[in-house]
Amino acid sequence: MLFFLARRLLAAVPTLLAVLTLVFVIVRIVPGDPALVILGDQATPDAAAALRAKLGTDRPLWDQYAGFMGRALTGDIGTSMVTGRPIAAEIAAVLPHTLDLTLAAMVFGILLGLPAGIWAALHRNRAIDVAARLLSLLGLSFPVFVSGIFLLLAFALHWRIFPVIGSADLADPLDRLHKLLLPAMTLGLVMAAYITRVTRSAMLQSLGEDFIRTARAKGVPHRRIVWVHGLRNASLPIVTVVGLYVGILLGNSVLTEIVFNRPGLGKLIVGALNQRDYTMLQGLMVIYCVLIVAVNTATDLLYGVLDPRVRAA
Amino acid sequence: MRADGAASLTWIGGLLCLAVLLAALLAPWIAPFDPAEQSILDRLQPPGGDHWLGTDQFGRDILSRLLWGARISLTVSLGAIGLAMVVGGTIGLVSGYIGGRLDLFTMQVMDVLLSFPSLILGLIVVALLGPDLVNLVIAIALTAIAPFARIARAPTLSLKERAFVEAGRALGYSHARILFGHILPNILPEVLVMATLWLATAVRVEASLAFVGLGPKPPTPTWGGMTRDGFETILDAPWLAVFPGLAILLLVLGLNMVGDGLRDATDPKLRHE
Repeated sequence: MLFFLARRLLAAVPTLLAVLTLVFVIVRIVPGDPALVILGDQATPDAAAALRAKLGTDRPLWDQYAGFMGRALTGDIGTSMVTGRPIAAEIAAVLPHTLDLTLAAMVFGILLGLPAGIWAALHRNRAIDVAARLLSLLGLSFPVFVSGIFLLLAFALHWRIFPVIGSADLADPLDRLHKLLLPAMTLGLVMAAYITRVTRSAMLQSLGEDFIRTARAKGVPHRRIVWVHGLRNASLPIVTVVGLYVGILLGNSVLTEIVFNRPGLGKLIVGALNQRDYTMLQGLMVIYCVLIVAVNTATDLLYGVLDPRVRAA
Repeated sequence: MRADGAASLTWIGGLLCLAVLLAALLAPWIAPFDPAEQSILDRLQPPGGDHWLGTDQFGRDILSRLLWGARISLTVSLGAIGLAMVVGGTIGLVSGYIGGRLDLFTMQVMDVLLSFPSLILGLIVVALLGPDLVNLVIAIALTAIAPFARIARAPTLSLKERAFVEAGRALGYSHARILFGHILPNILPEVLVMATLWLATAVRVEASLAFVGLGPKPPTPTWGGMTRDGFETILDAPWLAVFPGLAILLLVLGLNMVGDGLRDATDPKLRHE
């Protein structure tokens, strides 16, 4: 197990390098001069040259690349062009809000999607199954800002169960949870829909296997067959989807944060877009990359925990 | 029974998509008002009366703006998915056909691209390029290239070992002719099913970008932009955000229903389920 752990962690290093390279390429591949884009109407040749020197875009590409990678790997992702503060500090200040939201949405998605998928698989082709299929299709068709607005209208403005604005006091866990529920539901709804679908098909496949018949023949109780034998063998595709979906959750959290006016990476990114804070955008992309590589590695490790065959391979 | 149920879902989805397509095509003739015409006297009218779906804060007719907005939604997403299909499909075909190290490298690049959340990638690319229609198409296409490359590559790997490809080679056909004349037709159905499903994603991403403020400049009506404008007056006039939101939802749902139905129909594993 220790060997497996070390190997998987090492495997994340080239991926991280590749993703960082991609960030560098995307930011540079875009046609046009970022200095001119940032300055907009106020671009004079002198101002543009000064900004290029400040951004480092006047240096040769390999030099920029080496500098970018070197700094990113030591955790230095630069300073904001607008506020002049270190980007890492700005991100650290709001990251807990986004992580809260993403994790809560994930828990909501799993709590709703897993039982729904299992239920649908056990009642295959019956009314419950069809309803689950329809509802999950509807769920994954909702753009997050639309479901957010609908939920906001229903639960915060009409019934007044939840607060409209979600900037919580991080020190007060109850307040934090109360303001988290509606945004987490919004963000988790699409995830629940995905999990329902994957769970249903994975469970159908795993419940059709020979070892399930053997377990039944041995007289193992139905509940144990479903939740232990069936679910454990269906867990790999489900974990894969949850892992893949974290990236989508992070993307959608931007919209959720706007709708519920919550602080977080999303608000930061939109602020950076509006102020053309080019260095901040690049820094945010690096952070998103690190988060996604971390989640993918964690997913890989979880495979090993769930399935001994993966560990041995 | 099940097959009928699934098929009728596909039909309902198809009708939804067709309705949006007709709305987009016929907008200049069926829209009751000019989508950009402002009228201070008619500000924030609730639905009903002359304005079936009400008016916005500038007194513009919501229904007319929705009909015209369908054009932007469809143009951008069809353009983006078309571009992603051609570029990604070609990458996948060529990479799978040539194989070896090039294939390994290409697929690794695609995996990295795939691991990036499409909305954030789209946000940043549009922000860097500037939000006009062409750039929106490019940005959204970029987020969808990797899946098309993968779906085109997998069957190419096995098809290139088949007898008909070998026969083509023996007859002295060029690689291009084998690839595009003989392998491509075999993988096209899968790619097209995938395109329907990704079209749904493209509509959602386009709307989301417009909601964030990265859509075509006002007064061009876009569904995402209308939702954002409506969101600002949600306490006084909730319908402003609700109608465009519903329009996006129905189009995405329709596309998902069609894509889902087509996938079930073309997937041999599911066919005898």
